[in-house]
Amino acid sequence: MQSSRRIRPAMGTFEYGMWLFTRLSGLGMILLAAVNLATAFVMGGRTLLDLPATIRWMFFPNPNHVIDSNIPDVTVGWSNAFWQIFSTIIIFLAAAHGINGVRMVIEDFIERRQIVYALRGLFFVLWIGGMIVAIYVILAS
Amino acid sequence: MASTKVLNRKVSFWQGLRYRGKQGMLTWIFHRLTGLGIVLFVGTHIVAAFFLQQFSDDLSIAITTVYESWQFQIVVYFCVLYHALHGARLALEDLFPGLLRFHKELIWMQWLLFIPLYGLPVFILIQTALSGGA
Repeated sequence: MQSSRRIRPAMGTFEYGMWLFTRLSGLGMILLAAVNLATAFVMGGRTLLDLPATIRWMFFPNPNHVIDSNIPDVTVGWSNAFWQIFSTIIIFLAAAHGINGVRMVIEDFIERRQIVYALRGLFFVLWIGGMIVAIYVILAS
Repeated sequence: MASTKVLNRKVSFWQGLRYRGKQGMLTWIFHRLTGLGIVLFVGTHIVAAFFLQQFSDDLSIAITTVYESWQFQIVVYFCVLYHALHGARLALEDLFPGLLRFHKELIWMQWLLFIPLYGLPVFILIQTALSGGA
């Protein structure tokens, strides 16, 4: 294959776990986006939403993403505990997938182990911190 | 990390850019660039949304205005759609290695999906923007 990254890491290691997680979470997020888009249309999004609002809702089902639309009341159907749990699942998959991706890109350019481990600590803090802020925003909106 | 480092990376920047990986190399570079772009956007978006929600300060309003503009939406939609389609092909090829027999065909299929799924919304976005809509 074309890149060294596509070679599957040895089974059972951390890199193997992240290799598998990256692929499964990526496919999972596409599936979740399809569910978002389908439910938006089931709830009448074809006439209620304009194109940017539809795409925003497809990426992330947050009521603030569709508040500037023809929906008379977003608290009916578009804002409830189901979408809060759904958003939390998406942000968990997206944050882990994204932070791990940045880690892999950066580690391709770094030779020294100490710097690699220090950066992993930094990314772990960024991941947890970002998740806390994101879940707070989800629950407060 | 050393275990995954197969290639000798002691090449110059321009040597590295030279196109010699057939279809795979540019798609791989685009996958990384769009992925980094999404992380940058989503990270900024989460922090700005938090500050907008809590304080409604000028800076978070300015950031929100930038990414609500139609020009920015075109770029973000490119990053997400390209990354999603390329990633889906890559994940399916890796999880079902039998598909690698159709590697080139799958790359063509990726572009066949990408062009209408990207082109149509972008056409509508530009049309709405030029006709004075939001």
